[in-house]
Amino acid sequence: MTGNWQRETHMLGEGIAKGLIETARNFVGSFVEKDRLVTEQYPEERHPLPEASRVFPFLLYDGDDAEKGLRCVSCHICEKECPPRCITIEKSTDKKPDYVGKPQFYPAVFNIDVSVCMSCQICVEVCPFDAIRMDTAFELSTSDRFDGLLWTKEKLAKPNSHYRQIHPTEAPEVDARRADDVAKAEAKAAAAAQKEAGA
Amino acid sequence: MMTLVSAHSVDQVFVNLDRWLVAHTPAPLQPLVAILLIVVPILAIFPGLFALTTVLERKGLGRIQNRYGPNRVGPLGLLQPVADGIKALTKEDIVPRSADALLHFLAPVIIVCTAFLAYAVLPIGRNMIAVHLDAGILFFFAIGSATELAVFMAGWSSRNKYSLLGAMRAIAQMISYEIPLILSSVAVIMIAGTLSPEQIVTAQAGFTGIFPHWYVFTPWGFAGFFLFMTAAAAETNRSPFDLPEGESEIIAGYFIEYSGFKFALFFLAEYLEIFAVSGLGITLFLGGWSAPFSFLTWIPSWCWFFAKLLVLIATFIWIRGALPRLRMDQLMNFAWKFMLPMTLLEILSAGIWRFFPQSGFWPVVRWLACALLLAVPYVLLARGLEHGRRIEKRVYRYAEES
Repeated sequence: MTGNWQRETHMLGEGIAKGLIETARNFVGSFVEKDRLVTEQYPEERHPLPEASRVFPFLLYDGDDAEKGLRCVSCHICEKECPPRCITIEKSTDKKPDYVGKPQFYPAVFNIDVSVCMSCQICVEVCPFDAIRMDTAFELSTSDRFDGLLWTKEKLAKPNSHYRQIHPTEAPEVDARRADDVAKAEAKAAAAAQKEAGA
Repeated sequence: MMTLVSAHSVDQVFVNLDRWLVAHTPAPLQPLVAILLIVVPILAIFPGLFALTTVLERKGLGRIQNRYGPNRVGPLGLLQPVADGIKALTKEDIVPRSADALLHFLAPVIIVCTAFLAYAVLPIGRNMIAVHLDAGILFFFAIGSATELAVFMAGWSSRNKYSLLGAMRAIAQMISYEIPLILSSVAVIMIAGTLSPEQIVTAQAGFTGIFPHWYVFTPWGFAGFFLFMTAAAAETNRSPFDLPEGESEIIAGYFIEYSGFKFALFFLAEYLEIFAVSGLGITLFLGGWSAPFSFLTWIPSWCWFFAKLLVLIATFIWIRGALPRLRMDQLMNFAWKFMLPMTLLEILSAGIWRFFPQSGFWPVVRWLACALLLAVPYVLLARGLEHGRRIEKRVYRYAEES
């Protein structure tokens, strides 16, 4: 930007000619050089999403059965912390064993309203059970503005493999921690069994 | 000889078809059918050209900015105008509560009607003109100035400060630029000695060697063509003279309170005016429907008219992509301090051209004299507009260039 700023103007139309040449160069260039066109043709071309991108939460489950492997223990923390109050949880009356074998409640109803959620990720931050995480899928529009926007437990549940796929650095850490917990619980159970056998 | 006959029949195919159809209708219906056969093609072709131009303009501007432009509806996005039309038709038509409903309704109707009326005197091919008027050019300018009325009706009846500002700008601009527009075509009328567009085209239809006798190839015609097209761009509110609808200042100008199809009508009228005034520019300076070289006369005359029209439209799009909008004072200074003196000199130059002796080396002297008469004032007037201003590096008080 250290050009000759004090140059004389002529006002004879050179500026117009210069502008026309520049636009013509852009016009022709956009047909010849492909990298001039920076537009991504969205539905066909998709930009890879960054790992930290977040849109809407999902519920994690272990194994293949969403009903059996659901990590949520229905503790209501996320429901209470949610700023726009988009989560509705109803606790079950019975219990089922969690990943370490401890009997826990599970959510009989777990609904999140897509139209109310503001993608703040606070539910993820507060969950002590690694049961809720943010998904990267963003094409959530629907033609049904009532039931289509209220996502139930069945629609929210996604397997751990999906989590590993969209969060490749974070998921193995969580998995390692949980494997550690399982190992500890097993060791404890083995020790207890040995003690019982010894006694 | 055979090829000549067939070329001529292709050239006159529409004229002959028209005559044949009229001859085969019952005598009481003949006047009505004759009128319809002239009016309906005009009502079909030019809005069709408008639809094509909107998509080409958006694609062209996109390419100028290294974008794709519309490319989703139909092959290459060419059906985009259909989608736009459906959108305009299905949108809610809002009339402001405090608006003058009658004038508000009439403005888009009148502007489209006057825009169409201008086509009555445009020769779009050999023997292809809707109305054979001896004072066709006069009619064209009279009808052209009626659009100002519609613009002011729209701006006033909307009862909105932006629309009124836009209308006032439009009136000031259109009246200022109507003078150079008309004066720049006066030279052609002087040389051709007629106000009839057909005869003006006929006067330019001859050839010297392979080169045509278009007025744009004379010094005064060259200057006149550029002055005419500049004034035409201003007259039709075309960029860089689109102040009446300057989006960044007054949102949409005089049609701010129009929605749905009424807005589309304004849009249509604007483009119809551009085509009409470009058509007049072609008629006056670019030889109308005549071929650019003597060996190309086998191509039908109406092809040449539309080819020239498309070239001018492309130029308008190109200029829109290149130039920023003028400021109001720059616009007025340009009209009164540059355009007006240049058009007066163009008339003087045309007069000298007409009365110069034609024998011996005089044509060369004539050419030089007429060219100098225009080139020297061009430089001087441009310097005068400059007012000793210089482009200087802008100094910012708080923000620094990094």
